Amino acid sequence: MATLLLPRSLIALFPELPRRSEIPAATMAELLERLDERHPGVRDRLTERSAHGVVIREHINAYVDGQPAAIDTPLGPRSMVHIIPAVSGG
Amino acid sequence: MAVRVLLLVGTRKGAFILESDAGRADWRVRGPLCEGFAIHDMAYDPSDGAILAGGQSPWYGPLVWRSEDLGATWTHSGEGLGYGEDGPALKTIWSVTPDPGRGLVYAGVEPAGLFRSTDGGRSWAHVDGLRQHPSTPEWQPGNGGLILHTIVPHPTDDDRLWVGISAVGVFATEDGGRTWQTRNQGVRADYSPDPYPEFGQCVHKLVLAHGGPDGATERLYQQNHCGVYRSDDGGRQWQRLDGNGLPSQFGFPMVVHPGDRETVFTIPLNGDDKGRFMPDGQAAVWRTRDGGASWQRLADGLPQEHAYLGVLREAMAIDRLDSAGVYFGTSNGQLWASADEGVSWRRVLDTLPPIWSVDAVVLD
Repeated sequence: MATLLLPRSLIALFPELPRRSEIPAATMAELLERLDERHPGVRDRLTERSAHGVVIREHINAYVDGQPAAIDTPLGPRSMVHIIPAVSGG
Repeated sequence: MAVRVLLLVGTRKGAFILESDAGRADWRVRGPLCEGFAIHDMAYDPSDGAILAGGQSPWYGPLVWRSEDLGATWTHSGEGLGYGEDGPALKTIWSVTPDPGRGLVYAGVEPAGLFRSTDGGRSWAHVDGLRQHPSTPEWQPGNGGLILHTIVPHPTDDDRLWVGISAVGVFATEDGGRTWQTRNQGVRADYSPDPYPEFGQCVHKLVLAHGGPDGATERLYQQNHCGVYRSDDGGRQWQRLDGNGLPSQFGFPMVVHPGDRETVFTIPLNGDDKGRFMPDGQAAVWRTRDGGASWQRLADGLPQEHAYLGVLREAMAIDRLDSAGVYFGTSNGQLWASADEGVSWRRVLDTLPPIWSVDAVVLD
């Protein structure tokens, strides 16, 4: 069961999202799929398609147990997943 | 019920809604709305009273926002806004255009394409016939990207629709979007080896004039990168108008009077390679009352010194009151209004974020 921590700005878009949730998933892709089942539309805000298939959006940073993560990063049974907007904008 | 006039203002840092009465002298301001999103376009759908806003967040991507209570609360959706597994990723929404007679809403996006919603913008489907046009592999972007920025539904014929794409030109469908034809004959592309190609023109804004002596609705105008044009046959042939007194061929926005197809407003900028601000730093809106045969400079109340203002393609609007209100927003966050068809102007706000779109709504 991974622990997922989401940023304030995403919760502003989806007010029903919990800041912290426990989700059973073996990879980042599966975690986002489970999250989208609970809150439809959220996955598309965090991922986009590219020439390399579906990837985490350019200005969204994901970390698994403190390390930068991609869509195919595996999750351990007690992984901590942080989703953090990148320092970007103007 | 008293008349309410709303201005829907999209900016690089959210949406704003201004409200006044029929006098249009004092404005109440609400915003920023759709916070965190850059809003390219807003629209009011008279079929259900919803306000729509399209744009993108730098983090969370493109969305269309929807409010059913004139901006007090909002929902959003990106459902169906995408080209599928084999297509390019969507960057942003450039246009949201209701077609109230048919209960439809259209969205124009970057990279250029057209989407249609049958549920008020809650979900979307790609109108894929446009990107199946044989010219698609040769489409080239303008400075703002390869964008479908203007959508013009025909008011009475369900099967007809025009779109403007930069820097590709005008396309029309007469079978509900299944097939499309170019509508660029007579429009110059000064940057092309062939100055009159079939496509590749940089249309900046396309407007349809309603009505006419026989009720016909075939009169279109466009502000192009390379001139101002008019067509009397639905875009099949264009004639150039900027030689009739305008100070420049270059500008972005254009609006046509809702009750007079001969009256059109545009805002010439000094030139595509000269800074793209109002000529000589003197702000002016230009108006024709005779379908483009002559143009008048309207500047009463506008700054005439050091006014290096730019106005983008969606950032001008006209309302439908008897003495039509005309409005424009600048790239440095000024919002200007005229309640007398452009004769005199007042600055409504001068400290908004960069303004990308202005739309005027009359509720009565």
